[in-house]
Amino acid sequence: MIEFQAVTKRFDDGTVAVDELNLSVDPGRITVFVGPSGCGKTTSLRMVNRMIDASSGTILVDGKDIRQSDPPLLRRGIGYVIQQAGLFPHRTVLDNVATVPLLSGWDRRKARSRAAELLEIVGLPSELGKRYPAQLSGGQQQRVGVARALAVDPPVLLMDEPFSAVDPVVREGLQDELLRLQDELDKTIVFVTHDIDEAIKLGDKVAVFRTGGKLAQYDKPSELLARPADDFVASFVGRDRGYRALGFLSADGLPVGELASVVLGTPVDQARAALRQGWAVVVDERKHPVGWVSADRLSTVDGLVTEDVLLSGGSLYDVDSGSLRSALDSALSSPSALGVAVDGTGALVGSVTADEVLRALASARDAGEVPQ
Amino acid sequence: MTWVLDHLGLLAELTGTHVYLSLVPLVLGLVLAVPLGWLASRSRFARATLLSVSSLLYTIPSLALIVILPGILGTRIIDPLNVIIPLTIYTVALLVRSIADALSSVPANVVAAATAIGYRPLRRFLGVEFPLAVPVIVAGLRVAAVSNISLVSVGALIGISGYGALFTDGFPIGFMTEVVVGVLATLVLALVVDAALLLIGRLLTPWTRAGR
Repeated sequence: MIEFQAVTKRFDDGTVAVDELNLSVDPGRITVFVGPSGCGKTTSLRMVNRMIDASSGTILVDGKDIRQSDPPLLRRGIGYVIQQAGLFPHRTVLDNVATVPLLSGWDRRKARSRAAELLEIVGLPSELGKRYPAQLSGGQQQRVGVARALAVDPPVLLMDEPFSAVDPVVREGLQDELLRLQDELDKTIVFVTHDIDEAIKLGDKVAVFRTGGKLAQYDKPSELLARPADDFVASFVGRDRGYRALGFLSADGLPVGELASVVLGTPVDQARAALRQGWAVVVDERKHPVGWVSADRLSTVDGLVTEDVLLSGGSLYDVDSGSLRSALDSALSSPSALGVAVDGTGALVGSVTADEVLRALASARDAGEVPQ
Repeated sequence: MTWVLDHLGLLAELTGTHVYLSLVPLVLGLVLAVPLGWLASRSRFARATLLSVSSLLYTIPSLALIVILPGILGTRIIDPLNVIIPLTIYTVALLVRSIADALSSVPANVVAAATAIGYRPLRRFLGVEFPLAVPVIVAGLRVAAVSNISLVSVGALIGISGYGALFTDGFPIGFMTEVVVGVLATLVLALVVDAALLLIGRLLTPWTRAGR
Protein backbone atom coordinates (compact mmCIF):
# COMPACT_ATOMS: atom_id res chain seq x y z
CA MET A 1 0.00 0.00 0.00
CA ILE A 2 2.82 2.38 0.94
CA GLU A 3 6.26 1.55 -0.35
CA PHE A 4 9.54 3.32 0.48
CA GLN A 5 12.22 2.54 -2.10
CA ALA A 6 15.74 3.71 -1.19
CA VAL A 7 14.31 6.93 0.24
CA THR A 8 16.79 9.47 1.56
CA LYS A 9 16.10 12.91 2.99
CA ARG A 10 19.00 15.31 3.32
CA PHE A 11 18.13 18.75 4.67
CA ASP A 12 19.71 21.97 3.35
CA ASP A 13 22.15 22.11 6.27
CA GLY A 14 23.49 18.69 5.27
CA THR A 15 21.94 16.57 8.04
CA VAL A 16 20.62 13.26 6.83
CA ALA A 17 17.21 12.72 8.42
CA VAL A 18 16.35 9.50 6.59
CA ASP A 19 19.02 7.26 5.10
CA GLU A 20 18.18 4.80 2.29
CA LEU A 21 14.86 3.67 3.73
CA ASN A 22 13.38 0.56 2.18
CA LEU A 23 10.12 -0.48 3.75
CA SER A 24 6.73 -1.68 2.68
CA VAL A 25 3.66 -0.91 4.77
CA ASP A 26 1.03 -3.66 4.79
CA PRO A 27 -2.44 -2.62 3.61
CA GLY A 28 -5.20 -2.62 6.21
CA ARG A 29 -2.72 -2.83 9.10
CA ILE A 30 -1.23 -0.53 11.71
CA THR A 31 2.47 0.09 11.14
CA VAL A 32 4.27 2.00 13.87
CA PHE A 33 7.45 4.04 13.31
CA VAL A 34 9.28 4.30 16.62
CA GLY A 35 12.67 5.59 17.74
CA PRO A 36 14.50 8.27 19.71
CA SER A 37 14.31 11.95 18.67
CA GLY A 38 16.18 12.72 15.50
CA CYS A 39 15.78 9.21 14.10
CA GLY A 40 13.78 10.33 11.06
CA LYS A 41 10.47 8.68 11.97
CA THR A 42 8.42 11.87 11.63
CA THR A 43 10.29 12.94 8.49
CA SER A 44 9.53 9.53 6.97
CA LEU A 45 5.83 9.94 7.79
CA ARG A 46 5.68 13.45 6.39
CA MET A 47 7.25 12.37 3.13
CA VAL A 48 4.24 10.15 2.44
CA ASN A 49 1.90 13.11 1.91
CA ARG A 50 4.67 15.38 0.63
CA MET A 51 4.70 17.70 3.61
CA ILE A 52 8.41 17.05 3.10
CA ASP A 53 9.80 15.97 -0.25
CA ALA A 54 12.37 13.17 -0.38
CA SER A 55 15.86 14.07 -1.66
CA SER A 56 16.13 10.78 -3.51
CA GLY A 57 14.32 7.48 -3.82
CA THR A 58 10.70 6.75 -4.56
CA ILE A 59 7.56 6.51 -2.44
CA LEU A 60 4.60 4.66 -3.85
CA VAL A 61 1.09 4.99 -2.43
CA ASP A 62 -1.28 2.43 -3.86
CA GLY A 63 1.27 1.67 -6.58
CA LYS A 64 1.52 5.28 -7.72
CA ASP A 65 4.63 7.45 -7.43
CA ILE A 66 3.59 10.35 -5.19
CA ARG A 67 5.80 12.78 -7.10
CA GLN A 68 3.24 12.64 -9.90
CA SER A 69 0.44 13.92 -7.66
CA ASP A 70 -0.46 17.51 -6.93
CA PRO A 71 0.37 17.77 -3.19
CA PRO A 72 -2.93 19.32 -1.97
CA LEU A 73 -4.95 16.70 -3.87
CA LEU A 74 -2.70 13.89 -2.62
CA ARG A 75 -3.13 15.14 0.97
CA ARG A 76 -6.93 15.29 0.76
CA GLY A 77 -6.89 11.57 -0.04
CA ILE A 78 -4.69 10.70 2.96
CA GLY A 79 -5.99 11.22 6.49
CA TYR A 80 -3.59 13.09 8.77
CA VAL A 81 -3.70 13.38 12.55
CA ILE A 82 -1.15 15.81 13.98
CA GLN A 83 0.35 16.24 17.47
CA GLN A 84 -2.02 18.04 19.88
CA ALA A 85 -4.82 17.59 17.30
CA GLY A 86 -4.10 20.91 15.52
CA LEU A 87 -7.80 21.76 15.37
CA PHE A 88 -8.89 25.13 13.95
CA PRO A 89 -9.69 27.21 17.06
CA HIS A 90 -12.04 29.53 15.16
CA ARG A 91 -14.30 26.78 13.82
CA THR A 92 -16.81 24.67 15.68
CA VAL A 93 -16.07 20.99 16.17
CA LEU A 94 -18.53 20.08 13.42
CA ASP A 95 -16.95 22.53 10.96
CA ASN A 96 -13.49 21.25 11.84
CA VAL A 97 -14.54 17.73 10.88
CA ALA A 98 -16.31 18.98 7.74
CA THR A 99 -13.15 20.75 6.49
CA VAL A 100 -11.80 18.11 4.11
CA PRO A 101 -15.21 17.29 2.53
CA LEU A 102 -15.69 21.03 1.90
CA LEU A 103 -12.19 21.35 0.41
CA SER A 104 -13.01 18.40 -1.81
CA GLY A 105 -16.06 20.21 -3.13
CA TRP A 106 -18.92 18.58 -1.22
CA ASP A 107 -21.92 20.82 -0.58
CA ARG A 108 -22.24 22.22 2.92
CA ARG A 109 -25.21 20.10 4.01
CA LYS A 110 -23.67 16.83 2.95
CA ALA A 111 -20.35 17.76 4.58
CA ARG A 112 -22.07 18.65 7.86
CA SER A 113 -24.10 15.46 7.99
CA ARG A 114 -20.96 13.40 7.27
CA ALA A 115 -19.21 15.29 10.09
CA ALA A 116 -22.03 14.49 12.51
CA GLU A 117 -21.79 10.82 11.54
CA LEU A 118 -18.04 10.84 12.25
CA LEU A 119 -18.45 12.35 15.71
CA GLU A 120 -20.60 9.36 16.49
CA ILE A 121 -18.05 6.93 15.03
CA VAL A 122 -15.26 8.30 17.25
CA GLY A 123 -17.58 8.19 20.26
CA LEU A 124 -18.34 11.87 20.85
CA PRO A 125 -21.85 13.09 21.78
CA SER A 126 -23.43 15.10 18.95
CA GLU A 127 -24.00 18.20 21.13
CA LEU A 128 -20.21 18.74 21.18
CA GLY A 129 -20.47 19.58 17.47
CA LYS A 130 -21.55 23.14 18.21
CA ARG A 131 -18.65 23.84 20.60
CA TYR A 132 -15.28 25.34 19.84
CA PRO A 133 -12.12 23.22 20.31
CA ALA A 134 -11.04 25.25 23.38
CA GLN A 135 -14.17 24.00 25.16
CA LEU A 136 -13.10 20.35 24.84
CA SER A 137 -10.75 18.24 26.94
CA GLY A 138 -7.44 17.10 25.44
CA GLY A 139 -8.78 13.60 24.84
CA GLN A 140 -11.92 14.92 23.15
CA GLN A 141 -9.85 17.22 20.94
CA GLN A 142 -7.75 14.26 19.88
CA ARG A 143 -10.87 12.31 18.91
CA VAL A 144 -12.05 15.26 16.84
CA GLY A 145 -8.63 15.21 15.16
CA VAL A 146 -9.17 11.56 14.25
CA ALA A 147 -12.71 12.28 13.02
CA ARG A 148 -11.40 15.10 10.83
CA ALA A 149 -8.80 12.79 9.31
CA LEU A 150 -11.45 10.15 8.52
CA ALA A 151 -13.94 12.56 6.98
CA VAL A 152 -13.66 11.56 3.33
CA ASP A 153 -12.98 7.92 4.25
CA PRO A 154 -9.36 7.84 3.02
CA PRO A 155 -7.77 4.38 2.76
CA VAL A 156 -4.55 5.64 4.39
CA LEU A 157 -4.23 7.37 7.74
CA LEU A 158 -1.01 9.05 8.93
CA MET A 159 -0.79 9.69 12.67
CA ASP A 160 2.07 11.87 13.95
CA GLU A 161 2.51 11.29 17.71
CA PRO A 162 -1.20 11.91 18.12
CA PHE A 163 -1.52 10.88 21.75
CA SER A 164 1.73 12.31 23.14
CA ALA A 165 0.16 15.37 24.76
CA VAL A 166 -2.55 13.68 26.84
CA ASP A 167 -2.20 12.10 30.27
CA PRO A 168 -1.46 8.35 30.53
CA VAL A 169 -5.00 7.30 31.48
CA VAL A 170 -6.61 9.21 28.63
CA ARG A 171 -3.88 7.98 26.29
CA GLU A 172 -4.68 4.38 27.09
CA GLY A 173 -8.36 5.03 26.39
CA LEU A 174 -7.52 6.65 23.04
CA GLN A 175 -5.27 3.70 22.11
CA ASP A 176 -8.05 1.20 22.87
CA GLU A 177 -10.44 3.36 20.87
CA LEU A 178 -8.08 3.39 17.90
CA LEU A 179 -7.80 -0.40 17.97
CA ARG A 180 -11.59 -0.70 18.13
CA LEU A 181 -12.01 1.74 15.22
CA GLN A 182 -9.39 -0.10 13.19
CA ASP A 183 -11.31 -3.35 13.73
CA GLU A 184 -14.25 -1.76 11.93
CA LEU A 185 -12.46 0.39 9.37
CA ASP A 186 -9.41 -1.62 8.22
CA LYS A 187 -7.38 1.45 7.27
CA THR A 188 -3.73 1.39 6.33
CA ILE A 189 -2.35 3.31 9.29
CA VAL A 190 1.16 4.65 9.78
CA PHE A 191 1.60 5.76 13.38
CA VAL A 192 4.64 7.64 14.72
CA THR A 193 5.57 7.55 18.40
CA HIS A 194 8.64 7.70 20.63
CA ASP A 195 6.93 5.41 23.15
CA ILE A 196 7.90 1.77 22.62
CA ASP A 197 5.01 0.53 24.78
CA GLU A 198 2.55 2.39 22.57
CA ALA A 199 4.28 0.93 19.49
CA ILE A 200 4.03 -2.62 20.81
CA LYS A 201 0.43 -2.20 21.87
CA LEU A 202 -0.83 -0.69 18.61
CA GLY A 203 1.42 -2.04 15.89
CA ASP A 204 0.72 -5.03 13.70
CA LYS A 205 4.27 -4.28 12.64
CA VAL A 206 6.83 -1.96 14.21
CA ALA A 207 9.71 -0.19 12.47
CA VAL A 208 12.46 0.81 14.93
CA PHE A 209 14.58 3.73 13.68
CA ARG A 210 17.97 4.70 15.07
CA THR A 211 19.51 8.16 15.20
CA GLY A 212 20.77 9.17 11.75
CA GLY A 213 17.64 7.96 9.98
CA LYS A 214 18.50 4.29 9.62
CA LEU A 215 15.94 1.54 9.95
CA ALA A 216 17.19 -0.80 12.69
CA GLN A 217 14.47 -3.46 12.60
CA TYR A 218 11.07 -3.94 11.00
CA ASP A 219 9.08 -6.76 12.51
CA LYS A 220 6.02 -7.93 14.37
CA PRO A 221 6.06 -6.69 17.99
CA SER A 222 6.42 -10.22 19.38
CA GLU A 223 9.52 -10.77 17.20
CA LEU A 224 10.94 -7.43 18.27
CA LEU A 225 10.67 -8.44 21.92
CA ALA A 226 11.88 -12.01 21.40
CA ARG A 227 14.61 -11.37 18.84
CA PRO A 228 15.91 -7.80 18.76
CA ALA A 229 18.23 -7.41 15.77
CA ASP A 230 21.03 -5.77 17.73
CA ASP A 231 21.98 -4.10 21.01
CA PHE A 232 20.38 -0.81 20.00
CA VAL A 233 16.98 -2.41 19.45
CA ALA A 234 17.35 -4.53 22.60
CA SER A 235 18.07 -1.48 24.73
CA PHE A 236 15.38 0.61 23.01
CA VAL A 237 12.78 -2.08 23.51
CA GLY A 238 13.81 -1.81 27.13
CA ARG A 239 13.83 -3.79 30.34
CA ASP A 240 11.15 -6.36 31.09
CA ARG A 241 11.02 -7.40 27.46
CA GLY A 242 10.94 -11.08 28.46
CA TYR A 243 7.97 -10.33 30.67
CA ARG A 244 6.29 -8.16 28.03
CA ALA A 245 6.77 -10.89 25.42
CA LEU A 246 4.37 -13.01 27.48
CA GLY A 247 1.69 -10.57 26.29
CA PHE A 248 1.84 -12.21 22.86
CA LEU A 249 1.36 -15.78 24.14
CA SER A 250 -2.18 -17.01 24.39
CA ALA A 251 -3.23 -18.39 27.77
CA ASP A 252 -5.48 -20.99 26.17
CA GLY A 253 -5.15 -24.24 28.12
CA LEU A 254 -3.91 -22.58 31.27
CA PRO A 255 -5.61 -24.53 34.08
CA VAL A 256 -8.05 -22.49 36.13
CA GLY A 257 -8.34 -23.71 39.72
CA GLU A 258 -11.17 -23.42 42.20
CA LEU A 259 -11.31 -20.35 44.37
CA ALA A 260 -13.12 -19.80 47.65
CA SER A 261 -15.58 -16.92 47.30
CA VAL A 262 -18.09 -15.16 49.49
CA VAL A 263 -20.80 -12.68 48.50
CA LEU A 264 -20.62 -9.15 49.87
CA GLY A 265 -22.96 -8.94 52.89
CA THR A 266 -22.38 -12.51 54.11
CA PRO A 267 -22.15 -12.82 57.93
CA VAL A 268 -18.50 -12.83 59.05
CA ASP A 269 -18.67 -16.29 60.74
CA GLN A 270 -19.96 -17.90 57.52
CA ALA A 271 -17.19 -16.14 55.59
CA ARG A 272 -14.58 -17.52 58.04
CA ALA A 273 -15.86 -21.02 57.34
CA ALA A 274 -15.56 -20.48 53.60
CA LEU A 275 -11.86 -19.47 53.61
CA ARG A 276 -9.41 -21.75 51.91
CA GLN A 277 -5.80 -21.54 53.10
CA GLY A 278 -6.82 -18.38 54.93
CA TRP A 279 -8.20 -16.49 51.88
CA ALA A 280 -11.44 -15.93 49.98
CA VAL A 281 -12.32 -13.56 47.18
CA VAL A 282 -15.40 -11.38 47.73
CA VAL A 283 -17.89 -10.88 44.88
CA ASP A 284 -20.89 -8.63 44.41
CA GLU A 285 -24.37 -9.87 43.43
CA ARG A 286 -23.31 -10.10 39.73
CA LYS A 287 -20.36 -12.34 40.76
CA HIS A 288 -17.85 -9.56 39.90
CA PRO A 289 -14.79 -9.70 42.22
CA VAL A 290 -14.56 -6.65 44.49
CA GLY A 291 -11.67 -7.63 46.83
CA TRP A 292 -10.29 -10.22 49.26
CA VAL A 293 -10.84 -11.25 52.88
CA SER A 294 -8.22 -13.11 54.92
CA ALA A 295 -8.37 -15.00 58.22
CA ASP A 296 -6.33 -12.20 59.78
CA ARG A 297 -8.68 -9.53 58.62
CA LEU A 298 -11.85 -11.38 59.64
CA SER A 299 -10.54 -12.16 63.13
CA THR A 300 -10.95 -8.50 64.12
CA VAL A 301 -14.51 -7.84 62.87
CA ASP A 302 -18.09 -8.92 63.63
CA GLY A 303 -21.37 -8.71 61.75
CA LEU A 304 -21.40 -8.73 57.96
CA VAL A 305 -18.67 -8.70 55.31
CA THR A 306 -18.84 -5.10 54.10
CA GLU A 307 -16.63 -3.14 51.72
CA ASP A 308 -14.78 -1.73 54.73
CA VAL A 309 -13.16 -5.05 55.62
CA LEU A 310 -11.94 -5.86 52.09
CA LEU A 311 -8.31 -6.00 51.01
CA SER A 312 -8.04 -4.55 47.52
CA GLY A 313 -7.40 -7.08 44.79
CA GLY A 314 -4.83 -7.22 42.00
CA SER A 315 -5.34 -7.17 38.27
CA LEU A 316 -7.90 -9.53 36.74
CA TYR A 317 -7.18 -12.20 34.16
CA ASP A 318 -9.82 -12.59 31.46
CA VAL A 319 -9.97 -16.29 30.46
CA ASP A 320 -11.60 -15.47 27.10
CA SER A 321 -9.02 -13.03 25.78
CA GLY A 322 -6.14 -12.87 28.27
CA SER A 323 -2.48 -13.57 27.55
CA LEU A 324 0.06 -15.35 29.73
CA ARG A 325 1.23 -11.88 30.74
CA SER A 326 -2.13 -10.87 32.18
CA ALA A 327 -2.46 -14.28 33.89
CA LEU A 328 0.98 -13.94 35.50
CA ASP A 329 0.33 -10.34 36.49
CA SER A 330 -2.95 -11.26 38.15
CA ALA A 331 -1.13 -13.84 40.31
CA LEU A 332 1.79 -11.52 41.13
CA SER A 333 -0.46 -8.59 42.06
CA SER A 334 -2.92 -10.56 44.18
CA PRO A 335 -2.58 -10.29 47.99
CA SER A 336 -3.17 -14.08 48.25
CA ALA A 337 -0.76 -14.96 45.39
CA LEU A 338 -3.78 -16.45 43.59
CA GLY A 339 -4.67 -14.65 40.36
CA VAL A 340 -8.39 -13.99 39.92
CA ALA A 341 -9.75 -15.28 36.63
CA VAL A 342 -12.96 -13.79 35.21
CA ASP A 343 -14.96 -14.43 32.05
CA GLY A 344 -15.75 -11.92 29.33
CA THR A 345 -18.58 -10.42 31.38
CA GLY A 346 -16.30 -9.87 34.38
CA ALA A 347 -17.82 -12.67 36.50
CA LEU A 348 -15.55 -14.80 38.70
CA VAL A 349 -14.37 -18.08 37.15
CA GLY A 350 -11.53 -19.31 39.37
CA SER A 351 -7.85 -18.84 40.15
CA VAL A 352 -4.47 -19.06 38.40
CA THR A 353 -1.02 -19.31 39.97
CA ALA A 354 2.38 -18.11 38.84
CA ASP A 355 3.67 -21.71 38.84
CA GLU A 356 1.00 -22.75 36.36
CA VAL A 357 1.78 -19.79 34.09
CA LEU A 358 5.46 -20.77 34.04
CA ARG A 359 4.56 -24.38 33.30
CA ALA A 360 2.32 -23.20 30.43
CA LEU A 361 5.25 -21.12 29.17
CA ALA A 362 7.53 -24.15 29.27
CA SER A 363 5.10 -26.28 27.28
CA ALA A 364 4.57 -23.46 24.75
CA ARG A 365 8.36 -23.37 24.35
CA ASP A 366 8.46 -27.13 23.83
CA ALA A 367 5.71 -26.85 21.24
CA GLY A 368 7.78 -24.24 19.38
CA GLU A 369 5.26 -21.43 19.91
CA VAL A 370 7.83 -19.18 21.54
CA PRO A 371 10.13 -17.42 19.08
CA GLN A 372 13.76 -18.33 19.78
CA MET B 1 -24.38 75.94 23.60
CA THR B 2 -26.46 78.33 21.54
CA TRP B 3 -23.53 78.50 19.14
CA VAL B 4 -23.77 74.74 18.65
CA LEU B 5 -27.52 74.87 18.06
CA ASP B 6 -27.10 77.70 15.57
CA HIS B 7 -24.47 75.80 13.64
CA LEU B 8 -25.87 72.24 13.54
CA GLY B 9 -25.77 72.26 9.74
CA LEU B 10 -22.09 73.18 9.72
CA LEU B 11 -21.26 70.58 12.39
CA ALA B 12 -23.03 67.83 10.47
CA GLU B 13 -21.11 68.72 7.33
CA LEU B 14 -17.79 68.79 9.18
CA THR B 15 -18.58 65.45 10.82
CA GLY B 16 -19.25 63.91 7.41
CA THR B 17 -15.96 65.20 6.04
CA HIS B 18 -14.03 64.18 9.13
CA VAL B 19 -15.39 60.62 9.06
CA TYR B 20 -14.71 60.33 5.35
CA LEU B 21 -11.16 61.68 5.63
CA SER B 22 -10.24 59.39 8.53
CA LEU B 23 -11.97 56.13 7.62
CA VAL B 24 -11.15 55.95 3.90
CA PRO B 25 -7.41 55.90 4.75
CA LEU B 26 -8.12 53.28 7.42
CA VAL B 27 -9.70 50.93 4.87
CA LEU B 28 -7.07 51.63 2.19
CA GLY B 29 -4.30 51.20 4.76
CA LEU B 30 -5.72 47.84 5.88
CA VAL B 31 -5.95 46.58 2.31
CA LEU B 32 -2.31 47.56 1.68
CA ALA B 33 -1.01 46.36 5.05
CA VAL B 34 -2.38 42.81 4.81
CA PRO B 35 -0.10 41.67 1.97
CA LEU B 36 2.84 43.60 3.44
CA GLY B 37 2.23 42.10 6.89
CA TRP B 38 1.96 38.65 5.33
CA LEU B 39 5.31 39.20 3.60
CA ALA B 40 6.85 40.37 6.87
CA SER B 41 5.59 37.24 8.66
CA ARG B 42 7.14 34.99 6.03
CA SER B 43 10.81 35.95 6.08
CA ARG B 44 13.13 37.51 8.59
CA PHE B 45 14.66 39.78 5.97
CA ALA B 46 11.28 41.09 4.79
CA ARG B 47 10.24 41.60 8.38
CA ALA B 48 13.33 43.64 9.29
CA THR B 49 13.05 45.78 6.15
CA LEU B 50 9.31 46.41 6.26
CA LEU B 51 9.18 47.14 9.96
CA SER B 52 12.05 49.65 9.88
CA VAL B 53 10.62 51.41 6.84
CA SER B 54 7.20 51.64 8.44
CA SER B 55 8.59 52.96 11.74
CA LEU B 56 10.51 55.54 9.75
CA LEU B 57 7.36 56.62 7.86
CA TYR B 58 5.51 57.06 11.11
CA THR B 59 8.13 59.45 12.44
CA ILE B 60 7.63 61.98 9.59
CA PRO B 61 5.71 64.88 11.17
CA SER B 62 2.15 64.94 9.85
CA LEU B 63 2.20 68.66 9.22
CA ALA B 64 5.33 68.37 7.08
CA LEU B 65 3.93 65.42 5.13
CA ILE B 66 0.62 67.15 4.47
CA VAL B 67 2.27 70.35 3.33
CA ILE B 68 4.98 68.75 1.18
CA LEU B 69 2.98 65.95 -0.45
CA PRO B 70 0.86 68.07 -2.86
CA GLY B 71 4.11 69.35 -4.38
CA ILE B 72 5.41 65.82 -4.85
CA LEU B 73 2.15 64.33 -6.11
CA GLY B 74 1.15 67.31 -8.20
CA THR B 75 -2.34 67.39 -6.66
CA ARG B 76 -4.23 70.64 -6.36
CA ILE B 77 -3.91 72.43 -3.07
CA ILE B 78 -7.34 71.58 -1.59
CA ASP B 79 -7.66 68.07 -3.02
CA PRO B 80 -8.82 65.62 -0.27
CA LEU B 81 -6.15 63.23 -1.52
CA ASN B 82 -3.66 65.52 0.21
CA VAL B 83 -5.02 64.22 3.51
CA ILE B 84 -6.10 60.74 2.45
CA ILE B 85 -2.68 59.72 1.16
CA PRO B 86 -0.62 60.73 4.23
CA LEU B 87 -3.13 59.12 6.58
CA THR B 88 -3.09 55.93 4.49
CA ILE B 89 0.69 55.91 4.86
CA TYR B 90 0.40 56.27 8.65
CA THR B 91 -2.22 53.52 8.78
CA VAL B 92 -0.01 51.15 6.81
CA ALA B 93 2.94 52.04 9.04
CA LEU B 94 0.92 51.15 12.14
CA LEU B 95 -0.78 48.03 10.79
CA VAL B 96 2.13 46.24 9.12
CA ARG B 97 3.62 45.40 12.50
CA SER B 98 0.26 44.30 14.00
CA ILE B 99 -0.53 42.10 11.04
CA ALA B 100 2.95 40.57 10.90
CA ASP B 101 2.83 39.80 14.63
CA ALA B 102 -0.73 38.50 14.41
CA LEU B 103 0.13 36.11 11.57
CA SER B 104 3.31 34.90 13.28
CA SER B 105 1.33 34.10 16.42
CA VAL B 106 -0.99 31.64 14.64
CA PRO B 107 -0.01 28.25 16.16
CA ALA B 108 2.39 26.39 13.87
CA ASN B 109 0.68 23.03 14.35
CA VAL B 110 -2.65 24.52 13.22
CA VAL B 111 -1.05 25.83 10.03
CA ALA B 112 0.74 22.49 9.52
CA ALA B 113 -2.55 20.63 10.05
CA ALA B 114 -4.24 22.85 7.45
CA THR B 115 -1.50 22.10 4.93
CA ALA B 116 -1.53 18.39 5.76
CA ILE B 117 -5.24 18.00 5.11
CA GLY B 118 -4.97 19.62 1.71
CA TYR B 119 -5.34 23.41 1.87
CA ARG B 120 -3.66 25.36 -0.90
CA PRO B 121 -1.68 28.40 0.34
CA LEU B 122 -4.12 31.19 -0.63
CA ARG B 123 -7.18 29.41 0.70
CA ARG B 124 -5.28 28.50 3.86
CA PHE B 125 -4.42 32.18 4.36
CA LEU B 126 -8.00 33.34 3.87
CA GLY B 127 -9.63 30.46 5.74
CA VAL B 128 -7.25 29.77 8.61
CA GLU B 129 -4.40 32.21 9.16
CA PHE B 130 -6.21 35.50 8.57
CA PRO B 131 -9.29 34.68 10.71
CA LEU B 132 -7.01 33.61 13.55
CA ALA B 133 -5.12 36.90 13.26
CA VAL B 134 -8.30 39.02 13.46
CA PRO B 135 -8.20 39.76 17.23
CA VAL B 136 -4.71 41.28 17.03
CA ILE B 137 -5.47 43.06 13.74
CA VAL B 138 -8.58 44.67 15.24
CA ALA B 139 -6.48 45.94 18.16
CA GLY B 140 -4.11 47.55 15.63
CA LEU B 141 -7.03 49.00 13.65
CA ARG B 142 -8.43 50.67 16.76
CA VAL B 143 -5.13 52.45 17.39
CA ALA B 144 -4.90 53.50 13.74
CA ALA B 145 -8.51 54.73 13.66
CA VAL B 146 -8.09 56.96 16.69
CA SER B 147 -4.77 58.23 15.37
CA ASN B 148 -6.37 59.10 12.01
CA ILE B 149 -9.31 60.88 13.59
CA SER B 150 -6.95 63.08 15.52
CA LEU B 151 -4.61 63.71 12.58
CA VAL B 152 -7.36 64.74 10.12
CA SER B 153 -7.60 68.08 11.92
CA VAL B 154 -4.18 69.02 10.59
CA GLY B 155 -5.74 69.08 7.12
CA ALA B 156 -7.52 72.30 8.03
CA LEU B 157 -4.18 74.09 7.68
CA ILE B 158 -4.24 73.40 3.96
CA GLY B 159 -7.93 74.14 3.69
CA ILE B 160 -9.34 70.64 3.87
CA SER B 161 -11.90 70.91 6.57
CA GLY B 162 -12.96 68.40 9.14
CA TYR B 163 -13.32 69.47 12.73
CA GLY B 164 -9.95 71.14 12.23
CA ALA B 165 -11.81 74.02 10.58
CA LEU B 166 -13.27 74.85 14.00
CA PHE B 167 -9.74 75.38 15.35
CA THR B 168 -8.49 77.44 12.41
CA ASP B 169 -11.63 79.59 12.52
CA GLY B 170 -11.97 79.99 16.27
CA PHE B 171 -8.38 80.30 17.46
CA PRO B 172 -7.17 83.42 15.54
CA ILE B 173 -10.19 85.49 16.64
CA GLY B 174 -10.03 84.20 20.25
CA PHE B 175 -13.46 82.50 20.03
CA MET B 176 -12.81 79.62 22.42
CA THR B 177 -16.31 78.06 22.22
CA GLU B 178 -15.63 76.98 18.67
CA VAL B 179 -12.26 75.47 19.64
CA VAL B 180 -13.75 73.57 22.58
CA VAL B 181 -16.58 72.24 20.42
CA GLY B 182 -13.96 71.05 17.92
CA VAL B 183 -12.00 69.22 20.61
CA LEU B 184 -15.13 67.59 22.08
CA ALA B 185 -16.45 66.56 18.67
CA THR B 186 -13.11 64.92 17.79
CA LEU B 187 -13.11 63.07 21.10
CA VAL B 188 -16.69 61.81 20.72
CA LEU B 189 -16.07 60.67 17.15
CA ALA B 190 -12.94 58.78 18.25
CA LEU B 191 -14.87 57.01 21.01
CA VAL B 192 -17.75 56.09 18.69
CA VAL B 193 -15.47 54.67 15.98
CA ASP B 194 -13.40 52.80 18.57
CA ALA B 195 -16.54 51.23 20.05
CA ALA B 196 -17.79 50.29 16.58
CA LEU B 197 -14.49 48.54 15.75
CA LEU B 198 -14.54 46.74 19.09
CA LEU B 199 -18.05 45.52 18.35
CA ILE B 200 -17.18 44.39 14.81
CA GLY B 201 -14.17 42.54 16.22
CA ARG B 202 -16.33 40.72 18.74
CA LEU B 203 -18.88 39.75 16.11
CA LEU B 204 -16.11 38.32 13.92
CA THR B 205 -14.50 36.25 16.70
CA PRO B 206 -17.13 34.43 18.76
CA TRP B 207 -14.58 31.65 19.34
CA THR B 208 -12.32 33.84 21.50
CA ARG B 209 -15.02 34.06 24.16
CA ALA B 210 -16.07 30.40 24.22
CA GLY B 211 -15.41 29.36 27.79
CA ARG B 212 -15.27 25.79 28.99
